[in-house]
Amino acid sequence: MSELRRVAIVPAFQEEAVIASLVLEIKSFDPSLDIVVVDDGSTDRTAASAAAAGAAVVRLPYNLGIGGAVQTGFKYALERGYDIAVRLDGDGQHDPAELPKLLEPLARDDADVVVGSRFAGGDREYRPAFARRAGIRWFAGLVSLLTRQQLTDTTSGFQAVNARGIRLFAADYPHDYPEVEAAVMVVRHRLRILEVPVRMRERELGASSITTLRSLYYAIKVTLALLVGIFRRRVVPAEDA
Amino acid sequence: MTPLRISIAATVASILLILVVLELIRSRRLRERYALLWLATGAVLLVLSAWRDALNTIAGWVGVTGYPPAVLFAVGILFILLVLLHYSTVISKLADQNVILAQRLALLENRVLEGEHEPGGPLAERPDLTLR
Repeated sequence: MSELRRVAIVPAFQEEAVIASLVLEIKSFDPSLDIVVVDDGSTDRTAASAAAAGAAVVRLPYNLGIGGAVQTGFKYALERGYDIAVRLDGDGQHDPAELPKLLEPLARDDADVVVGSRFAGGDREYRPAFARRAGIRWFAGLVSLLTRQQLTDTTSGFQAVNARGIRLFAADYPHDYPEVEAAVMVVRHRLRILEVPVRMRERELGASSITTLRSLYYAIKVTLALLVGIFRRRVVPAEDA
Repeated sequence: MTPLRISIAATVASILLILVVLELIRSRRLRERYALLWLATGAVLLVLSAWRDALNTIAGWVGVTGYPPAVLFAVGILFILLVLLHYSTVISKLADQNVILAQRLALLENRVLEGEHEPGGPLAERPDLTLR
């Protein structure tokens, strides 16, 4: 079998402090992995810093939000014929050392989408605050119900997908908290989703961009999207079972 | 008390509004982000239409003594104003983004044309061919 072409998609917004070290770290762990940094309309030196560290850089003209930025990465992967794409967030919370755990199931063709979960037995130290935990539980329950599959970490952005996943996400990707809706989309298109336990790091710099009131708004919005999503037509033909 | 027929008609209209919004979301003609306010409008109007005692009570609070359905109009208009205001902010943001896109496109076109006219570029021998 010929060597699979693989790319790391790194969405980044105002991450000039950490983006270069993240790019270098990914390279040192896996030199054969191409890296594309999607700069989501940063006004700092995120793009220049990433490019100097040796990553390909796609600079969005203005901030699209995480969903739009990540989908740009999947479109890049599709256009350039990559077989596998793995997403690591630009704030450095996804540890490149955990990459093999995400990539192995794809190499064995055990799954089309592999999600790194903080709760699937991997990281017992991760204890989010109450509101966040409640939200994570709510979506884990709802998504597990809708997909008829036990999923524990539906907001994890640490994901790897194969060519089928790239094609689906390039065609359609949700907007805010995209991972939740994406999980249901994946199953509806008869792709196989698999969780693997991973550890995640604390954010190195900067606070999470989500406040409590906004979280509630997103929770309602994403729930609505999930429930309406069941009745939507497929965006690409479903894979044969 | 609100006449029963008004309550029924208003209830049916509210349910229709909610159903239409849901169908628009499903068929991807309306994003969830812009649908939430419409759904809230539909839900509030539905409650006030179907729960006639509540409408009466609220009418009493705000001093509407003669004709409780007037409160229904007032609430409906209030929500329409909210939706319009929301859309004004959305349009403003779109306009800003549109300017940025146009500028970005113009700068890219400039780079592409310069590249084409450089030595070795496809239009190197044709300085007469520039912008149409």
